[in-house]
Amino acid sequence: MAYFDAASTEPLHPQAREALIAALDVGWADPARLYGPARRASMLLEQARTEVAEALGARPDEVSFTTSGTQAVHLGVLGTLHGRRRAGRRLVTSAVEHSSVLHAAGVHERDGGSVETVGVGRTGAVDLTAFGEAVRADGTALACLQSANHEVGTVQPVAEAAALCAEAGVPLLVDAAQSVGRMPPPRGWSVLTASAHKWGGPAGVGVLVVRKGTRWRSPLPEDERERRRVPGFENVPAIVAAAAALRATAAESAQESARLSALVDRIRTEVPRLVPDVEVIGDPVARAPHIVTFSCLYVEGEALLTELDKAGFAISSGSSCTASTLRPSHVLEAMGVLTHGNVRVSLPQGASAADVDRFLAVLPDMVKRIREEAGVRL
Amino acid sequence: MTSRQTATEGSTQPPALTIDALGKKCPIPIIMLAEQINHVPRNGIVSVLADDPAAFTDIPAWCRLKSHHHVASYELPGGGWAIHVRRNY
Repeated sequence: MAYFDAASTEPLHPQAREALIAALDVGWADPARLYGPARRASMLLEQARTEVAEALGARPDEVSFTTSGTQAVHLGVLGTLHGRRRAGRRLVTSAVEHSSVLHAAGVHERDGGSVETVGVGRTGAVDLTAFGEAVRADGTALACLQSANHEVGTVQPVAEAAALCAEAGVPLLVDAAQSVGRMPPPRGWSVLTASAHKWGGPAGVGVLVVRKGTRWRSPLPEDERERRRVPGFENVPAIVAAAAALRATAAESAQESARLSALVDRIRTEVPRLVPDVEVIGDPVARAPHIVTFSCLYVEGEALLTELDKAGFAISSGSSCTASTLRPSHVLEAMGVLTHGNVRVSLPQGASAADVDRFLAVLPDMVKRIREEAGVRL
Repeated sequence: MTSRQTATEGSTQPPALTIDALGKKCPIPIIMLAEQINHVPRNGIVSVLADDPAAFTDIPAWCRLKSHHHVASYELPGGGWAIHVRRNY
């Protein structure tokens, strides 16, 4: 099976597995207590915090571990809005943020706040002029912009957006789930979120980083864990494993990202050459190294994914027929690109060039067959 | 950038052909449009009636890829849209 769905989740890194098993034995006790095993758990937790902080360009006391990337986003968005409610009730986001951002925005709206959604261009990059206008508007408490888009790979102009936010005195939350471990960390953020299973760590570990000086107040009931930022008992073994995966991935990332990026370039070039009536989506250059999306005209996405699965490829799609909501991906909609017949290839670390070649070899006939079966004579 | 709003400008030209794709899921409305656009004269208007949310984005995208012109999308009282396309060649 060729696994091409790394944007959903990266397989557990071997070093994360090792660290997890070791930490289950030595890091199980309550890190808040004072006896020997507790102090050991606390030491492991703080070491992991220091390592993750360093990888993200933050200080250890700015980093909290959450139970998922989604929870990190929810706490980041709602906590910053709560902390800055005197500044205003306006939230600014791009139209292509992860659903966790959009759902947090929905809660804010139901609480009487307002949300301004800034549009994107054809490549999926946010309209910076409109973003600047939106953050300068009176009463803006927070702006959100992802580092790289999870569906099309386009890298957002975070540095420029951060400068606009700084000028307006508005904190910027950067959802860095798709770039951490694969690209240099973004700069200029006030709040940063990430997710360990996207970089080869275990599921159930997210990261919430709040820059010193950023007003933040938990939207949840009080709890003393993680500097009062995240409620509940820390999963020390999983956090240790997450830090080990990040360390391993970051060490390999410059070389591995370049290799994967060349494979993505090959897919971007070859698919339109081999398959008629295809639109390759997203920015060809300013993009994450491992993600490429294309849409095949007249093809039902679900049929294509099923065929790919039979041929041994694990791949996902933003087409509506493959979504539980039966709505096309809000990302593809916002970009104004084809939403049906969509295929998202996202390469995990170590993805083989031979698997990519095989994908390019089987795809043309597969698309042709599906079109013929649907009675397309064009 | 697309929006869920309907275009207010557009053309007053009546459609030469109406394709009823109501209740049909994408890509069927697009396939019907591609098969039938040559049934109208050049510069003629085809109106596609569709209520799959994907059609709202995908028909204008198809026009862009196939060099035809998306004139406007009008909301239908019973849900869905009448999406007007001009044949360019």
